[in-house]
Amino acid sequence: MAFPHRHLLGMADLSPQDITQILDLADTFLEISTRPIKKVPTLRGRTVINLFLEPSTRTRTSFEIAAKRLSADTINLSGSTASTVKGETLLDTARNLQAMAPDVVVLRHSASGAAHLIAAHIDAAVINAGDGMHEHPTQALLDLATIRRHKGDMARLRVGICGDIAHSRVARSDLIGLTLMGAEVHLVAPRTMMPPGIETLCRPPGRVHLHDALDEVLPLVDVMMMLRLQSERQSAGLFPNLREYSRTFGLGPARAARLRPDAIIMHPGPLHRGVEIDPAVADGPRSVILEQVTYGVAVRMALLYLLGGGTVEA
Amino acid sequence: MNDEIRQSEGSVPPPLLIRGGRVIDPAAGLDGCADVLLAGGRVVAVSPHISDGQVPPGARLVRASGLVVCPGFIDLHVHLREPGHEYKEDIASGTRAAAAGGFTTVCCMPNTTPPNDCRAVTELVLRRAAEVGVVRVRPIGAISQGLRGEALAEMAELKEAGVVAFSDDGRPVMNAELMRRAMEYARMLGLPLVQHAEDLSLSAGGVMNEGPAATRAGLRGQPACAESVMVLRDLELCALTGARYHVAHISTAASVRAVREAKRAGLPVSCEVTPHHLTLTDAACCSYDTATKVAPPLRSEADVAALKEGLADGTIDCFATDHAPHAPQDKQVEFDRAAFGMIGLETALPLLLRLVEERVISLPDMIARLTSRPATLFGLPGGSLRPGSPADVTVLDLQRVWTVDGTTIRSKSRNTPFVGWQVRGRAVLTVCRGEVVHDEMGPLPTAPPAPR
Repeated sequence: MAFPHRHLLGMADLSPQDITQILDLADTFLEISTRPIKKVPTLRGRTVINLFLEPSTRTRTSFEIAAKRLSADTINLSGSTASTVKGETLLDTARNLQAMAPDVVVLRHSASGAAHLIAAHIDAAVINAGDGMHEHPTQALLDLATIRRHKGDMARLRVGICGDIAHSRVARSDLIGLTLMGAEVHLVAPRTMMPPGIETLCRPPGRVHLHDALDEVLPLVDVMMMLRLQSERQSAGLFPNLREYSRTFGLGPARAARLRPDAIIMHPGPLHRGVEIDPAVADGPRSVILEQVTYGVAVRMALLYLLGGGTVEA
Repeated sequence: MNDEIRQSEGSVPPPLLIRGGRVIDPAAGLDGCADVLLAGGRVVAVSPHISDGQVPPGARLVRASGLVVCPGFIDLHVHLREPGHEYKEDIASGTRAAAAGGFTTVCCMPNTTPPNDCRAVTELVLRRAAEVGVVRVRPIGAISQGLRGEALAEMAELKEAGVVAFSDDGRPVMNAELMRRAMEYARMLGLPLVQHAEDLSLSAGGVMNEGPAATRAGLRGQPACAESVMVLRDLELCALTGARYHVAHISTAASVRAVREAKRAGLPVSCEVTPHHLTLTDAACCSYDTATKVAPPLRSEADVAALKEGLADGTIDCFATDHAPHAPQDKQVEFDRAAFGMIGLETALPLLLRLVEERVISLPDMIARLTSRPATLFGLPGGSLRPGSPADVTVLDLQRVWTVDGTTIRSKSRNTPFVGWQVRGRAVLTVCRGEVVHDEMGPLPTAPPAPR
């Protein structure tokens, strides 16, 4: 089945069928990473540029490994090595990269809409690896893949997301993806970090519920996802201090005990141990945090295949 | 007057007879078919029929049947970018854009480099306007030195030099005490004070209107109350000082409510609204088209509805474009980094005619808010076709359908989200000081026809 998109800019562009296609493919790619020789020739001769203009460990490494396991040539440009630090505009950087004929450009950028900006000006497929507070679609897809593996069908599944919703692109992408797949989402945040109109991201409408208290959400959900405070994007004064935040919105062992016995705990990383999640919970038996990372590679392989392959036959 | 310098220098334009148009002159309460005769830089006569015998020899004829003839438009709020930012716009290109949009007077904001906070800059702007300006240019002086909001600019000297109002536009006057003193000075000088109403502590970092659209786009929002909080503060100071207070580019429901109540209470307050705030909502920003990034930001549907209500009931006094040119390098960047502002002189008319079509206001009402109302607010000549008025006239073809095309824009800059829009209504002739400064009617014959 052909994949009907040239770029992956956000979950908002995808249909449930698109998502299922990506997740199914990711499941088949998962196995490659368990082989002794973790490489297939699928994208041989293709060029993938990872343009990461905002710090990233997990996502950049994950994209690089995914591309290499598919035999693509990968080039990594990060904030300090890219010409943007010399004052070159994003668009000029993108045009220059385009002149070297890459097949895929993976972009991480601190400004919302950055991926849209370059996608409108270059021929290569653009994958949004996180743009400002807007979207982080590959994170949402790996979250969906992880949830599907543990919970099967996502229809009517209840997923809690707690933390700095306002500044989180992960929260936005997850909310769109989860509701699109039929899940019900419960958002918890201090009012200072709950963005106005967040419920309008829900597709179809009505599958999202907003809460002031984490405690009222815990007994409801099949999946509890904790988010870190996006301090690099926050203005000062959104909460009194970390100690109080952690007590009010952190997931410690006592709170985790109020979750349903089969509930899983997720976190997109990086963890702030002792703030939004207690080490005992992050490392405990319900935590699937590292599985998310493993799925990250498989999901990104699937996307590179779908968007970077073009004429490649499986 | 400063804007008469040009006239004394240049040759006197030939008389102009505009025949058979629908003349709409709200200041004179006139709406009907009439002829308009201009000579010597003045309106000489407006009457249902001007006979050939009354027409001076050598007059040019404009056949205006099927067209609307009205006073030249007046824009209280433009950025001509000269001095200092001529790569975005200059007085020559900005006034050409004004003429093409039907404007014969533009008031230019002081946020240039250097800013217009002293007599020397005002004089420079007026001299450049006399040299290269296509329409009348009336500068607005700064409220504070360097637009820094710390100490009063030389307001009295600025008035002597020819400014028609004071504003730190682009930035608000955050310090309430400074605003109070500025109002006292403005009161003493008899000129209006124009506030860019934005509480910076509330809007900080915002690049669009706060609300569901900003949340969807992941862009930082400025809450609507960042504007109304400032308007409400200023209205208290207005009551204290009695200064004439004018809200620039009003954009929120709460601000309109505040101005409405202040007017009811008898305060000397007025406000303007831009065509773009009446046409687009914050949803437009979700495309990340940086042409939609303006200050104040495009607002919600409810705000747009409230603006229309404010127009209908007279709370909003006039239109102003906030024409804010920016070069591609200021705009072809990430939304967060793009400059605020869009151009507006050349698209104002068709966008405002949509309000007439929607029956928000009548056509004469719309024209009043582009002519007599702004003239009265800033004490400007023009805005009427009564005999003796300046020969500033605009002829409109309300039926002309055209497409906004980036390549034919007269402004140096192209930063408008309306490129590609098919619109209706256009200024086909603009006359400023009796001189044709914009003409899409072809060569004008002599009137009356030469006798055989």
